[in-house]
Amino acid sequence: MFKKDIPPSNRSKVKSSVQRGLRQKLLETYPGFEPYIEEILPKKASLEAVKLPDRVTLYTIDSTPLFFQPFDGPPLPHLRLVHAFPSAIPTIQIDRGAIRFVLSGATLMAPGLTSPGGRLPDAENALEAGQVVAVKAEGKEEVCLIGTLKVGTEEMKSKGKGVVMDEGHYLGDGLWRMQLD
Amino acid sequence: MADAGPIVPQARTIVYCGVCTLPPEYCEFGGTAKKCEEWLKEEEPELWNQLHSEDALSANLSTLSVSAQERAAKDAAKKEAKAAQNEARDAERKAASKVIVKRVERNKRKHVTVITGLEIFGLENKKLAKELGKKFATGSSMTRSAAGTEEITVQGDVSEDVKEWLLEVYGSKVPEANIDLVEDKKKKTTPTAPPVAPQ
Repeated sequence: MFKKDIPPSNRSKVKSSVQRGLRQKLLETYPGFEPYIEEILPKKASLEAVKLPDRVTLYTIDSTPLFFQPFDGPPLPHLRLVHAFPSAIPTIQIDRGAIRFVLSGATLMAPGLTSPGGRLPDAENALEAGQVVAVKAEGKEEVCLIGTLKVGTEEMKSKGKGVVMDEGHYLGDGLWRMQLD
Repeated sequence: MADAGPIVPQARTIVYCGVCTLPPEYCEFGGTAKKCEEWLKEEEPELWNQLHSEDALSANLSTLSVSAQERAAKDAAKKEAKAAQNEARDAERKAASKVIVKRVERNKRKHVTVITGLEIFGLENKKLAKELGKKFATGSSMTRSAAGTEEITVQGDVSEDVKEWLLEVYGSKVPEANIDLVEDKKKKTTPTAPPVAPQ
């Protein structure tokens, strides 16, 4: 999504009513953030919206990126936010061989997840297509990619190949490197 | 996030690499692994120990097949070379380019100062314009010239001061030799050196 560097663009204050709506939506999409919401998005903080290419809006507070929202999709948390609250979002894991591809912006493929190094949730906690997941890497602690699943985890296990996530926000992409101050 | 309220901050604070901005454990994939390692050793020796100990390294290696390892190593080397090349080119460009502080006559005795070439040194024109305006208490703005290049226009003749200020505040980024003062027209009043030929 953000392979290219993002030029600094204009930002604007978000209306407080819109801010309330966003907060609601964020909680709806990610119940995991519930305990931390006051810390992430205090009621009184002045949220700013930064326009990014491809009709994506990034929301920040005091130059700290919080989450970004594509034109029509749900809000996705910025990786820095995921790093701060790693337990808030369901996580899957890729094997070591896949890291370098992911960090150069490739689409996420199923074998990286189904191989011994990868980890998917078991059948009871299966994730559906369309879910937003954080992707960790084998042997690493931090999340390196976040995006929307294209295929459910059960299907991945049975098929074992194909694209799993088309585009996401990964470490070192344009959004990550974006200077906000 | 700094939270000084009744809420106990629960966010984890993470050290990010100062070179490639990734979390240090991903530095090896950032293309500047060597530099990152040096940085980490200097700034966060504890983390360095953790990441670069013998155990960690061997654990990394054992999880991949030999051929995959080779490919990854090749890829990493390529990336590193590319990054190094980029950096060299960048440095060259920086050395070759100049910041031009130009005094332009607006009408007989009023001037504006036009500054160009700062963006190459990693400074942001728009922000800088604001700072300059504050510093000299004059109007100051970033304008895009017809050629598409950005320039800062500061009202008033402040070229000397701009140079001084740049060196003082951004001296680490912009070397003095690269700042050029240009005057569009000679100052009208030059009482110290009257251009009269001796008789």
